[in-house]
Amino acid sequence: MQRLSSALFLLGLGLLIAAIFRGMEFGTAAPIVGQAINSAAAEQVGAANFVTAVVLGYRGFDTLLELTILFTAATAGGLVLGKRSPTAKRDPDAGFILQAGADLLFPLLVIVGLYIILHGHLTPGGGFQGGVILASAFFIPILARPGTRMSHAAVSTIEGLAGASFIFIGLLAMFGGEAFLTPLMDRGELGALLSAGSLPLLYLAVGLKVGSELAGLLTHLSESEAVD
Amino acid sequence: MQWLVLVIVVVMLTSAVAVLLLNDFLAALAALSVVSLGLSVLFVILRAPDVAMTEAAIGAGLSSLLFALALRRLGLWRRRGQ
Repeated sequence: MQRLSSALFLLGLGLLIAAIFRGMEFGTAAPIVGQAINSAAAEQVGAANFVTAVVLGYRGFDTLLELTILFTAATAGGLVLGKRSPTAKRDPDAGFILQAGADLLFPLLVIVGLYIILHGHLTPGGGFQGGVILASAFFIPILARPGTRMSHAAVSTIEGLAGASFIFIGLLAMFGGEAFLTPLMDRGELGALLSAGSLPLLYLAVGLKVGSELAGLLTHLSESEAVD
Repeated sequence: MQWLVLVIVVVMLTSAVAVLLLNDFLAALAALSVVSLGLSVLFVILRAPDVAMTEAAIGAGLSSLLFALALRRLGLWRRRGQ
């Protein structure tokens, strides 16, 4: 009976999705909002990557709430995982190949992550993607040597400072009489590294916050006691 | 281009079904990240590189890592023979 109802549900869902996509051609979308932003973003925000212009310029408040959601999820994860008992045994260190690979990958991943964050207003990518890469860069050495400890206090400090600076940049715009999170400073030349006003600073804050949060969550999860 | 999309979709659907059918949790996890990887290639074809990067970094990378660590914590991190 349960299987029958699941099958019926799946059939209905499939029909619904098929009905929606029947009128849509693959790769095309209703272009009304996109065209308006494409024509206005370069002049209004100054970011060569229009996605960044939307994420931080037009929809900065949404990004702040997104960060809040991530923060809440990471905090809840930390709460559920709880504290490790001091007598719990640790996993042994990985073999030579994994350790050497981790040593080689760490600087490479840090550079790629920082590059993606700092070029978020020029090329695809940005704070969220680069932050995830930074988090995995700092987690890989712990995978190779589970005995090493990461300083959770330092990670939380970076996370708090990054989140506070995001809000602070938003508040600075309010002191100037503009709305919260209005892009500040000179827009500069389109496509230059120092352009788009305060958007690179905002993305740096986002990247550091996401990176430290996820690195903290991953190490917390890996430090928790495993069931044998 | 259409053939490439067709191949990717077939690979994605196959591995999505494999996630349900595989008994080995690690193999199911690998199949799950194949779905995300195929999806990120589809996003590149649809000219959405930002979304593709997010999908590759979070969907294929980070969430697989999270699932793997969760399996380890639950004591399911082992091959079926062991």
